[in-house]
This record gives sequence, structure tokens and C-alpha cells, in this order.
Amino acid sequence: MSTIFVLVAKRLGLGLVTMIVISVLIFVGVEALPGDLATAILGQEATPETVAAFRRELKLDLPPHVRYFAWLGDFLRGDLGTSLSNKRPVAEMIVWRFSNTIFLAAAAAVIAVPVSIILGILAALYRNSLFDRTVSMATLSTISFPEFFIAYILIALLSVQLVIFPSISNINDQMSFWQKIHAIVLPCLTLTMIVVAHMMRQTRAAIINILASPFIEMARLKGIKRMRVIILHAFPNALSPVINVVTINLAFLVVGVVIVEVVFVYPGLGQLFVDSVAARDIPVVQASGLIFAAVYLGLNLLADVLSIITNPRLRNPK
Amino acid sequence: MSKLKELEKLFTKGKITRREFMARVSALGLAAAVSPAFLSSTAEAAKPKRGGRVILGSAGGSTTDSLDPGTVSHTMPQTINQIIRNMLVEVDYKGEAVPELAKSWEASPDAAKWTFKLHKGVEFHNGKTMTAQDVVYSFNEHRGADTKSAAKGVVAPIEDIKADGKYTVVFTLKEGNADFPYIASDYHIPIIPEGTKGKDYEKGVGTGPFVLQAWEPGVRFFGKRNPNYFRKGRPYFDEVEVIGISDVNARTNALKTGQIHAMNRCDTKTFHLLEKAPGIQALKLEGARHYTIPMLTTIKPYDNNDVRLGLKYAIDREILVKQVMRGYGYLGNDHPIPRNNKYFAKELPQRQYDPDKAKFHLKKAGQLGRTFNLHAADAAYPGAIDASVLIQESAAKAGVKIKVVREPDDGYWENVWIKKEWVQCYWSGRPTADWMFSIAYAADASWNDTKWDHPKFNQLLKEARAELNDKKRREMYVECQRITSDEGATPIPMFSLQLSAASAKMGFKNPAANWEFDGFRLAERWWFKS
Amino acid sequence: MAFFKLLRQSPLSARIGLAMILINVFAAIFTPYIAPFTETEVVGDVWLPMSKDHLLGTDHIGRDMFTRMLYGARNTIAIAFVTTMISFVVGIVCGFFAATIGGWTDQILSRIVDIMMAIPILIFALMVLSVVGTSITAMILVIALLDSTRVYRLSRAVAMDIEVMEYVEAARLRGEKIWWLMRHEILPNAMPPLVAEFGLRFCFVFLFIAALSFLGLGIQPPTADWGGMVRENSGAITFGIFIPLWPAGAIAFLTVGVNLIVDWFLHIASGLKD
Repeated sequence: MSTIFVLVAKRLGLGLVTMIVISVLIFVGVEALPGDLATAILGQEATPETVAAFRRELKLDLPPHVRYFAWLGDFLRGDLGTSLSNKRPVAEMIVWRFSNTIFLAAAAAVIAVPVSIILGILAALYRNSLFDRTVSMATLSTISFPEFFIAYILIALLSVQLVIFPSISNINDQMSFWQKIHAIVLPCLTLTMIVVAHMMRQTRAAIINILASPFIEMARLKGIKRMRVIILHAFPNALSPVINVVTINLAFLVVGVVIVEVVFVYPGLGQLFVDSVAARDIPVVQASGLIFAAVYLGLNLLADVLSIITNPRLRNPK
Repeated sequence: MSKLKELEKLFTKGKITRREFMARVSALGLAAAVSPAFLSSTAEAAKPKRGGRVILGSAGGSTTDSLDPGTVSHTMPQTINQIIRNMLVEVDYKGEAVPELAKSWEASPDAAKWTFKLHKGVEFHNGKTMTAQDVVYSFNEHRGADTKSAAKGVVAPIEDIKADGKYTVVFTLKEGNADFPYIASDYHIPIIPEGTKGKDYEKGVGTGPFVLQAWEPGVRFFGKRNPNYFRKGRPYFDEVEVIGISDVNARTNALKTGQIHAMNRCDTKTFHLLEKAPGIQALKLEGARHYTIPMLTTIKPYDNNDVRLGLKYAIDREILVKQVMRGYGYLGNDHPIPRNNKYFAKELPQRQYDPDKAKFHLKKAGQLGRTFNLHAADAAYPGAIDASVLIQESAAKAGVKIKVVREPDDGYWENVWIKKEWVQCYWSGRPTADWMFSIAYAADASWNDTKWDHPKFNQLLKEARAELNDKKRREMYVECQRITSDEGATPIPMFSLQLSAASAKMGFKNPAANWEFDGFRLAERWWFKS
Repeated sequence: MAFFKLLRQSPLSARIGLAMILINVFAAIFTPYIAPFTETEVVGDVWLPMSKDHLLGTDHIGRDMFTRMLYGARNTIAIAFVTTMISFVVGIVCGFFAATIGGWTDQILSRIVDIMMAIPILIFALMVLSVVGTSITAMILVIALLDSTRVYRLSRAVAMDIEVMEYVEAARLRGEKIWWLMRHEILPNAMPPLVAEFGLRFCFVFLFIAALSFLGLGIQPPTADWGGMVRENSGAITFGIFIPLWPAGAIAFLTVGVNLIVDWFLHIASGLKD
């Protein structure tokens, strides 16, 4: 247990260092983009005089490292700063959107993860059967379509033709929990269709890979039923790759859904991030970038720890 | 006959629809007895109805938007700005300046001193009464060295602003300007309570028809009717919601499914289908938006007018309108005045694609063998790259070599526009000829994107500005258009139409095309029919 | 020759898969000879239905859909294949190195990958592409690099599991070099999950390019690519015109074909006889 604790502590420390590096990278990255906030906001309407005034007010005339450390200092004191473009506290902007993002991701994950693992196990169990092929084809077709296209088809069928679900999911705080659920059915379905195939196929592949191992052969020779062999013997040993692919997809559900947000007008963090990058609103980009990074690193940490726990060979190194 | 009278009464009161009325009249065999004048007069006189919540789906919103009037540069905050605030002057659908917060105005004979009388008893949303002091403050926010307002150039000709008593404001201009009331209609310059600064802007306190209830930049605005609005009877809606929907297909779907009542910027690809869709009114309006291809006259050989003319003749405008605008536009004549402007020069012949003239002028300039670089990115306007390629093709047929240089979208306005020798660009246009010429064609304009300096044009523009005689003024502006067209450095191949759509439930009269959403004033001007 | 022997023993599904891929490859190679029109030629009205002149109708600006599909096959398959190959070579080499050498190499590589993966891939691509500009080469390299982080993680995880096996230990004790270990012990045993991943990644590349075009980057018009064609025509769906289903269907067709082959390979590699 203590070795695991040390491992986790080590990973946490590394995660923190990674976060700091990411914050610098994002900062440098945004600086490297052509154009800056002043011209991004004023666009064609910018004149040299207004741009200069804008820069002075936003302290953009200070050197970048001064601004970075000032920001880092404030951040450590718990002050995320205010948006350069509309003077709102960054924390306030991000909390609401991040909770929306998590809401949608959780709703999609609750459906997608069990469905894909069960389908994966069943497909491995009845491999090469009609069932296996049908599931395989169906999931492959869903991931072959660009995500905005799945979204448009769902909207055309379920919203425009049948009028069951709304075509835009612009949830707000005045809505009840169930109203929100109703509003996000279509984006949730879209996301589920995108992630199920990947997870399901990796689960199936991992289990089939284990099935060739001597200990499975042994179990089979002992006369244990196929279902039992797969669930009790093969699946636990295939967990490491399965956890890996689930993590990647969970991370995708949180950080990679900008397009679904755009199509369904869902107020998530991705849209904020993209807009802020376009407007060079550095405090917002920094803060939301760090949140994405934290989610990703946290999920990875979880995956690593779970892999260690579930892999008997790694758990007890010789 | 009494049956007919009864039906007429029901119809006039709005109890039955026009279709029902006709159906029931026909059923009675009385159709011939109904006078056509009755039907048309009632349709005209249909009184706007009050009530309901209108939902606008708007493109051009961003999470980084702000309600600081000096920096509103996207359609969504611009529309909201107009929902919660008012300007001194309004521009109506005919393009005329009409009173808004100012009751009336008059100019000194040289048009250099303007006196505005304000409406009395106009209240801000916070209960404060609007006075001349607030007007002075609102204008001064855009003046001075430290302002970051985009309207800085617009108010630059103002020498001094003074409050004369509580309800009169006097503007002294550096030189005469007969169009000054239009400047007071600029969407950047709403009247705000004295002392509004920084974060206060986001609270949206103004005099407008709706009071801000919720505002999440780029996502949603929600407002309730201002009970103390200074225009009696307006607005007709109880509540207004503006939702930012940047994807055009999402906007179209939302309108089709009834989740929004009006949308801007329809897709040119699907507009012909939208026109046929049930329950939707598709609107095609003629605005002032146009596409320009400015050349920097400070760089050789663009200083030579024969080069500029040659290139103007080498552009096949018809194809551009057909392919890039998909027909939703009309030909430009190398000057920025749209054909619905009262000073539009009908008498100038339309410049056509003419390979021979193109060759002739370039040969005269000794530049026929040269390859001209045309810098473009879709950031200039959607389809700018396609347009450039089409220009390249039409020029090649005239023996003129053009190379399309693709530029990154990001930083286009900063790094390419007014930096590279020949670039793609667009202008949303301005309500008056003077305004449009002054911001981009006068030698001293900060947006003079060609650095064009034509002494005669500059002189004429200045004289026309102070000219109060309309006939003389028109002659001067026609001459300005001719000079720009024949000697300017800006090919202007096309003007675009404004495409928008609304639910069939919406009622309105004469929508204005100066800005999107009926001049940003849809929420105040429109109503629900049923 | 061994390949043909293998093919003769292959199940029907694999043969179908192979046929599906061959159809695509054939179309891609002989495009100029099959296509009735040129890639960018406008031949008629917008969104015409299927007819004798236009087998699949016309697209959003009146170009022949069939012609565009053929050119799309060419561009899409070539770009996706090159991109996926680069990302797999980079990802597998780095992943195996990290797993076999371990220690600092592993730490440094893994942290770099962590950092790259922690920034959302779309946004990373958006930022990089707006700095370097949108050329096809830049796009291939950016996507390959970003994708290789996913390959790296998978190949590292798989190699870690193999690395603790007795036979690898034995080879190590024999004094075999790392490069040899990677090629002879780890790669063959890691093939199944990697190949499965290749099938999916290959298809993800089209989708990623389509996503980039959705946000205004990606392959620039008028070049035909399937993902972009879905995007350009997607507005039609709302009005009950199903023309974007052609390019979307083509992507699905190729994806299914590739994955049928992948399944067959997985089956052989797993050594299962049933």
C-alpha cells in the first residue's frame, strides 16, 4: 500500500510541474500568435491610437515575463484575475461553464462507458458471430461521420422532423435539473456515439488478446464456461488497456467537445477557450487551459494508479 | 348582408384571420361583395400587438464580448447595446436621421455649430433622469488621448461639447458638417449615465426599451420591458432574449424548430430553400456592405493610375456576384456609395470587365509583363480566397498575371491590411456619403487603406460636408464618386444583400438595412402578430 | 507469395474488406480517367438530384458530386495515410524506448506527451496552424505529431506489460541490445492492439481534418476532401436533402473496409483457432 502511496505522491508532484510548464507554454503560445487583444477586439476598426490606448490600459506594453509572474503570483493567492476583454472575474466565468462541461461529459459517460464495455465483452465472447459483426459495423459507421454531421442528422430527425428534443441546448440557471437533461439529450447522444466505438473496440481487442494466454487455455481446459472465463479471468487481465482507452475518452468528453458545443450552442468551457484564444484574452486562456490540463492529468493519474493496482505483475515487482 | 358586416367586424378586430375571413365570405357566396380596399386597408392598419417574449438567434457573438459601447464590434453586443440604450439620433429605413433621445436639432449657417434639444423626463433604468450632462459625458468617453473607443475617429471633428441648461447640448465642430446628426446616431455613442466606467458598462444601465436582467457574453442576454420607456406604447414585446448561435446551420434549425423567432446572416447556400420553408419569412435587404480590394498607392507601381485602372478592368464583376455572393449582391462601380443612398450617382456608367482596356492601360504604364500579388484570407470576408482566384482567372484571360497570396486568418487586419500592397477587404458601409468617404478615402482618414491622396477629391469632400443646399451637395458627391471610381485605388467589385429570416408570427414594417436585425432595433420595432 | 496463401485462407469478411479498400485505391489512382468533369468545374445548378449526367447529383455550388467524390478519395486517402504512418512511426519508436529503457528517458518523454495531450488537441492544432499557416504539409505534420502522443501512450502501456514477461527478461540476460529487443520481442507481441489502433486512427484523421475545416482551418477549398465535403454540404440536411451522406458514406465505407482487415489481422495474431 505504501509503495502505491509513494507512487501516487510522485505522480502528483510531477503533475504539478507539468501544470506549470503548461501554463508557460500556453502563455508563450498565445503571445506567439499574430495579432493581440487590442486588434483582435477592435478588428478592422482598430486605429493606431486606439490600439495604443488599449495596450496601455491592459498593461500589454509591459514585457511578457513581468506579466506572467504577476499573473502566477495572483493565481497562487487564489485570484484568477479579470478578463481583459470584458472585465469580468475569470473565476466567475469559468466556474459556471466548467460545471456545464462536466454535466454534459458526465451524462455522456454514464451512458457510454458501461455500454461500450458490455458491448466489448459480448463482442469478444461471441466473436465473429453475426452479433459481433453487427455491433462492429454499427459502431464503425458512427465514428466514420464527422461529429457535427452526426449532430446535424440527429437534429434533422429528432428535432426538425419529429420535434421531440430541442435543437439548441442553451441551458441556463433558471432551468430545473430535468429541463436541463431534456435540453442536452441530443448533444449527449452525439457524444456517446462518438466515443462508444473506440472504447468498445479496444475492450474487445484487449480481451481477445488475453484469450490466447496459457492461463486462459488452462482455465478453459479445466472446463470453465466461456462467459465465466472471460468475465473472471480475461477481463481483469485486460483492464490496463481498457482503463487507458476509457481515460482518453473521458478526457475527450471534457476537453474535446468544442464542435458539439458550437453546434448545440451549449455554454461549455471549450467555446470559452476557443473564443479567448481568438481574442487573445490571456487570463481566461490561462485559467481554462490549466483546468483542462488538470482534468487531463488527474484522469491520467487515476488511470496509472488503477493500472498499477490491476496489473498483478506491476503491483509486486520482483 | 348583415352576415358580411359581422364578419368584417370580426376581421377588423383581429378575431379571425384574413384567410378565415375570405374562406367564410366565399362560403356565403359573398366574395364579390367585399371591396378590395377593405382588405388592403385593414392589412395596413393592423395595429402592432403587445406581449410575448421574442428570442433572437444572433451570429457574431463571442464569450469575450463586452457592453462597453466604445468597443462593441460584434453584431450580438451591438444589438444588445441598442436594446438597453438609445442614441441621440436614429436612422430610419429610408436612411434619414430622425429624433431619438434628441427631440430636435438645428445647425448654424456654416453647419459648424449644432444645438440639440433633448426629450424631457427620460429616465435611465436606475431611475436617474437623463440631462444634458449625461450627453456631454457620453460623448467625452470617446474623446481624449486615453480613450480606447473605436468611435474616436468619428468624434474627432468635435471641437467642444457644452451643456446649455438641463436639456440642451451644443456641439462646436472644427469645420462645418451638414451630416453631423448621423454621427450622433453611431452605435458606439449611446447616452449613458454620467460616471459610467469600466465594469459598470456590463450592468447595462441605459434609457433603452428593455432593462437588462441577465447577460452572459456570447451566450445569452435577457431583458424585460422598460415600464418607463420614453416612447409611449413601445416596445411591443414584454421580454427579449438574444442567444449567440455562431453556427449558421444551428441558427437555421433553431428558427425552423421555433426555438428562436429571428436570425441574422442566413447561409447563401440554403437561402432559396429557406424562402420556400413554411412558417418562415425570409428577408433580402439592400444594405451598404461592400467588398473592396485596396492598393497601397505608396508602393510602386500602384502610384500609377493606369495600373489601377487596368486592374479594375481586369476584374469580372458579374462572375464574382454570381459565384461568391451566389447572386445575393449587385455590381459595384469602384466607389463605396450603395445604390439606395440618396446621393448615389446613377449617371456614372457601370464599369464592366474589359480585357482590351485592361491590357491598354497596363501597357501604357509599362507594367503588362508584371505579376501582381493579391493578398487574401477568408478573414477579410467569407469567400475572399475564392474571389481572388476568380479575379486571377479573369485577369489571365486579359493577359494580366495575378498571383493570389494566401495569408493566415489570424492577425489579418493587423499584418496584412494597410501593410501589403494589394489586399482583400470589406466595409459594412455608413449611412451617409460623407461619412463613408471621410473614414476611408480622405487623405487624413485613419482608415485610408490606400494612402490615396487626391487634392481635388479632398477639397470637394470638405466643401460638400459644409454645404446645406441639397442640390449642390448632390453634384459634389457625384463628382466624388466619379473621381474615386476613375482615379481611386480601391476596386469595389460588389455590394452584398443582407439575408435574414424570421418566424411568420412576427409583424414589422419597412425593416431597415443599415445594420442587422432591422438596424439593431428589431426588439423595439417588431411585434407578434398572434 | 505468403500473402496470397494467407488470402486464400482468409474469411469472407476480410475479402470484403480488402475489396472495399481496393475500390477506394482504384478510384484514387485512376481519378482523372474515371471522373467525367474536372475537380473544380461548375456544371449546373446547386444540389441537383441524381441523374444520368450527374450520377450523384451536384454539390453546394453546382459541381459534379461524383467527380468530387473521386478527387476526394485521392486527396483524403493520401493525406490520411501519410499522416497516420508518420504518427505511428514516431509514437511507436518513442513509446517502446520509454518502456524498455525506463528511468529518465521514460519520465521526460512521458511528461512531454502529458503536456502535449493536456492541451486539447483541436485547440493545440488551431494555435499551431494559425502561427505557421494552413498548408497541407503543415497540417499533416501537426496532426501526425499530435496523434503520435496517443500512439505513444498506447504503445508504451502495451510494451510495459510485455516488458515484464519472462521471455523479454531472458533476452535481456542474453545481452541483447534495446533496438533488438524492441524489434524482435516487443513489436510482434504488441502488434494486435497497435494494428487495431491504426485502423481507428487512420479514420480519425479524416474526421479531424473535417473538424478543422468546421472551425475554418483544414484543407482549403476548392480542393476536394471527404470531410470538408460533408462540412460544405451539411446545411442541406436541414432541408431534407441528403447529399452530404455521399461523402460521409464514403468515409464510413473506407473505415469499415480498413477495420474488417484489422479484425482479420487481430484474429490471426491472437493465435485463436475458433
